[in-house]
Amino acid sequence: MTDRSCLRSELKLTGEENLPPPLFCESEAKQPMSMSMFVQHLFNAVTLGSLYALIAIGYTMVYGILRLINFAHGEIFMLGAYFVFWGVTLLHLPWFLAVIVAIAVTSLAGIMVDRVAYRPLREAPRISALISSIGVSFFLQNLAIVVFSAIPRAVQRPEWLVKIIVVGKVRILPLTLVVPVLSFFLMMGLLYIVYRTKPGLGMRAISKDIETSRLMGVPVNRIVALTFGIGSALAAASGIMWALRYPQLQPVMGVIPGLKAFIAAVFGGIGSIQGAVLGGMILGIMEIMIVAFLPALAGYRDAFAFVLLIIILLVRPSGLMGEKLEDKV
Amino acid sequence: MEDKRKRNLILNGLLTGAFALFLYWAEGNLGGYRIQIMNLIAVYIILGLSLNLIYGFAGMFSLGHAGFMAIGAYTCSLLIMPPLQKQALFILEPAMWPFSVIHAPFLIAVIVAGLVAALAGILIGLPVLRLGGDYLGIATLGFAEIIRVFANNLPRITNGALGFKGIPDYANLWWNYGWCFITLVIIVRLVNSNFGNALKAIRDDEVAARAMGINTFKYRMTAFAIGSFFAGVGGALLGSLLTTIDPKMFLFLLTFNVLMIVVAGGLGSITGTVIAGVIITVLLEWLRIVENPISFGDFEIPGIPGMRMVVFSLALLFIILFRRQGIMGRKEITWDTIFGFFRKRGAEK
Repeated sequence: MTDRSCLRSELKLTGEENLPPPLFCESEAKQPMSMSMFVQHLFNAVTLGSLYALIAIGYTMVYGILRLINFAHGEIFMLGAYFVFWGVTLLHLPWFLAVIVAIAVTSLAGIMVDRVAYRPLREAPRISALISSIGVSFFLQNLAIVVFSAIPRAVQRPEWLVKIIVVGKVRILPLTLVVPVLSFFLMMGLLYIVYRTKPGLGMRAISKDIETSRLMGVPVNRIVALTFGIGSALAAASGIMWALRYPQLQPVMGVIPGLKAFIAAVFGGIGSIQGAVLGGMILGIMEIMIVAFLPALAGYRDAFAFVLLIIILLVRPSGLMGEKLEDKV
Repeated sequence: MEDKRKRNLILNGLLTGAFALFLYWAEGNLGGYRIQIMNLIAVYIILGLSLNLIYGFAGMFSLGHAGFMAIGAYTCSLLIMPPLQKQALFILEPAMWPFSVIHAPFLIAVIVAGLVAALAGILIGLPVLRLGGDYLGIATLGFAEIIRVFANNLPRITNGALGFKGIPDYANLWWNYGWCFITLVIIVRLVNSNFGNALKAIRDDEVAARAMGINTFKYRMTAFAIGSFFAGVGGALLGSLLTTIDPKMFLFLLTFNVLMIVVAGGLGSITGTVIAGVIITVLLEWLRIVENPISFGDFEIPGIPGMRMVVFSLALLFIILFRRQGIMGRKEITWDTIFGFFRKRGAEK
């Protein structure tokens, strides 16, 4: 019996290439949950939650302004991760510099995507832009296969991020401290831009009414480009930290995190930045905790988010913090 | 008017007969690879038509096709594999009881596969069809992902990640084109009936349609169920055609291919879907060239993996950016347009 279930869990892993590696080993999970275990899970959960939140912000900002689900956002996330490790291994840049360059390049890529694939379709039916974004998503994914090859690559992580710290009985990966803190600062920076600067004012104006904003002299195209730039930069940051947390790079790595982050954005209330953060956090924590408390359901972890999505769309389609959208006649 | 109908009926009959003769010829004279492509064309046309009914005519942006296909493929395969073969196949865990013994002929298996997919369509439609536009797309995409996760995690029904191998290859040219013909006839009749008019009204303006007394939910639901029925049929045929299925086959990519056919052919055009189904299936096969090494004498260009989908997704982008209405837009090629075309030519002389 044990042999069989072992074999099965191994086979399962091969079928789910998009999953991050298991966060804890089986034997750990089978013991009753102790306080220290719970704290460890909580760190993992908050880390995953902040990674989802950073991606979700990009979805929610673009949706808030253009009413477009940017399917290619997960691929932007993937590009960010690849760029930084290219910078480190091929160009031998120091880590700090590589991260900044990668974020800047990814952000440019996001702006390019908008310019080439979405801007010509502003006046078209909304679904056209959505189909276009699906096309961009497949294009970037397969371009990555062509350029980087489909073989998963291992990520070399800086020593100090993965040397386990022991506090009492709790064993913590420094990374799970760094990620939430960095994410927090990035989000604060974003909120500052959106609520305290002039371009931010433009973004908020466009999300209320794009036509009126144009008439009032808001440079719509430039603000939209800025939105894509910021969203992509945050996705790149998330992608880099994701690759440090789950040290493997593959061209399809952005698909599942992207979908889940989109669900997080819907859950939190699409169009609301605070909602995206909240939704991402809840989704990340829920995912880790369900797997931690009910290890039997681990195989279904990718399905949780989608079940949650269908439930939220039924019960409260506007999400936790979103404004109710009325059908216009 | 009556004359025209009679003429069209005769011409359709002739065309079908001619095509049957062509199939008969093809079966004997074309190589296995070409026959396989012809089979794929038939299956993709069935899938394209079903998605066009859901999206092109009823205006529901559904991305769940891979899910319905998976349901159809698994149901049909479980039914057509003899119990002994299933016993040998389920090496991880033995198959669950009713699934281990059921056995049915191919025709019934495909119909049951379609019905199960339609049932799934109704179950998922009940909650999500009230949503509009892009939310519906994401919810149905989520549904397809959930189906895939289940296929991975229910080893006693689906054999887990290993999937099924050695499914009996009943799906030959006659079965595939037979089903393709049935799909075509049913969807054409539906679309041209009063039911089809109601669907188009809902697509063009839901609020106005509701104001005219159309029960939008009922109509959408019916269209969605019929669409998922044929998606299930397409999946069943594909399973038997390829003789092997596993959860990885039903990734979003499969839905993407079908969506590409519908968009390229023109949303709401049946002839467009048929034309695009042929072009895109052939293109998808032909593009395999760019992934294989090409040699000129001593000189060899290595194949580039991934290039096929790069070209393919660029093609989709070009269509959506520069010719949004696809090949046909909402127009159809009918006998009237063909005769009209020649008459106009004649008049110009």
